[in-house]
Amino acid sequence: MSSTPKHSVLATKNLAVGYGKAEKETVVNTINLELKSGSFVTMVGINGSGKSTLLRTLAGLQEPLEGEILLEGKPLNKLDAETKSLKISVVLTSQVISKNLTVLELVSLGRQPYTNWLGKLTEEDKDEIQAALTATELENLKHKACYALSDGQLQRALIARALAQNTEVILLDEPTTHLDLHHKASIFSLLKKIARQQQKTILCTTHDIELVLSLCDELIVLHNNTAIQNTPEALIEQGIFENLFPGTNVYFDKTSRRFLIR
Amino acid sequence: MLGVSVLFLLLLNIALGSVYIPLSSIFKVIAGDDSIREAWTYIILDYRIPKALAAVMTGSGLAVSGLMMQTLFKNPLAGPFVLGISSGASLGVAFFILGGSALGLTAILQIHGWGTIIAASLGSFAVLSVVIAVASRVRDAMALLIIGLMFGSLTSAVVSILAYFSPAEELQRYMFWSFGSLGDISWAALGILSLCYCIGIGLAFSITKNLNSLLLGDHYAQTLGVSLQRSRFVILISTSILAGSLTAFVGPIAFVGLAVPHLIRQWFTASNHWTLIPACILGGAVLMLLCDILAQLPGLPITLPINAITSLIGAPIVIWLLIRKKKLLF
Repeated sequence: MSSTPKHSVLATKNLAVGYGKAEKETVVNTINLELKSGSFVTMVGINGSGKSTLLRTLAGLQEPLEGEILLEGKPLNKLDAETKSLKISVVLTSQVISKNLTVLELVSLGRQPYTNWLGKLTEEDKDEIQAALTATELENLKHKACYALSDGQLQRALIARALAQNTEVILLDEPTTHLDLHHKASIFSLLKKIARQQQKTILCTTHDIELVLSLCDELIVLHNNTAIQNTPEALIEQGIFENLFPGTNVYFDKTSRRFLIR
Repeated sequence: MLGVSVLFLLLLNIALGSVYIPLSSIFKVIAGDDSIREAWTYIILDYRIPKALAAVMTGSGLAVSGLMMQTLFKNPLAGPFVLGISSGASLGVAFFILGGSALGLTAILQIHGWGTIIAASLGSFAVLSVVIAVASRVRDAMALLIIGLMFGSLTSAVVSILAYFSPAEELQRYMFWSFGSLGDISWAALGILSLCYCIGIGLAFSITKNLNSLLLGDHYAQTLGVSLQRSRFVILISTSILAGSLTAFVGPIAFVGLAVPHLIRQWFTASNHWTLIPACILGGAVLMLLCDILAQLPGLPITLPINAITSLIGAPIVIWLLIRKKKLLF
């Protein structure tokens, strides 16, 4: 691990996220988070708890209802789109529109913020693209079109695209949906490796709580319209997971760190 | 290869027509030799060459606007006319030809032959400004597509009403305009058309990088620093200038805008717009020149409506592509 002291990259102050302009529909409120450089943080919560909404708001794709988001100490909404694109990259659940793109083309598009108006790739751009392909083990697939990839491969390609954008922060919305256990684990370890080796700040939403408990540095739990951020151990200690799911069907076993069905 | 085809077809297009003119004479006329029969010189310089150039601009302009629309709306069915451009032009011309006599306008403008062109331009511009005004309020590209289609339906309804109350003679003139024609274009008109064409194509190239980002979808494009509002605006303006001016001068030309981008994508298996736009320019020109040659029925004194020929060729190509590939991918 790097010895440089971790500094706060992305932080929120009394942030409230949700929908609507005239009639505000708040999904999560008073969110006070702090993401440090080189950390791998996951966000968990039941369906409809506002994970994607919060992630999109942090990415600047959606206006916050209240409060503010600070990117390296500066308010996010004061930055223009180009500056933001150099700082934050995303992997979203929405499908890539053009399935005809090859992996290489897809990853190359991550360099758009750096290229001139012609979109011409410099040597440096090509090196970054190559590095992103290597990190995600996609070199053999780089000339394959996206429609010919498996779900896991496509997900890795999207992560490679975000890596090529070379931003401090990478936000991922449920990158492991539709994947089997093996591929889920490999995506999470990849993200952790990227956070460690390249000192990126990675925030990813997921439903695979058990899996990330042992892998991530911190978790953000969305529960009852509020957000709690802490290390996995502290959250288990506080008994946060016991009440995560409504009803009595599912409960959390502290010793095995697993959810069990009654 | 496409470039060579364009040059070859351009020459073929000039060489073929109702009147047979030997190839050697054509070259002499182009070179400025005035020993050739005056009628031939006139046919070539004032009819065939402007027509061939109009075909090149029509094909390429419509193909490029079709490509931009398909990328913007993320819909393989989008074309330059889904935004109601052609229906707007039709409305303008319908008002002019069918409703004009009542207002006494036809007689004044008809003398200069510019009436139809002005009416078509005003019509397409009017409908497009409404669509663009609505576009700034609507965030969803699909909603915009449907709004464009609705405007199309509205204007064709108005055209039907006008047609219903019109005398047969005027109706026929309107019908002839709607068949499309590359042949009635003068050098002066060609000059104006070229100006619009250059502006439209220039704008298309200025937005090419953003078009590539849009391939990932709106959200990804935004996180790559693309301003959606601005890109959408430039694409709409470019398309309306291209398709609007072309429709005004040569009438509504079906299918080229829809079919050519698909053909090019399949052929080049490319997604990068820096490849696709130049390829569409050449491909559109090739298809249009080819259609025009067929419409001329070389050797025969009659000419078929160009709009029918583009559909006759375009529709089977798209159907064939779908059957072969099973899926139209971007």
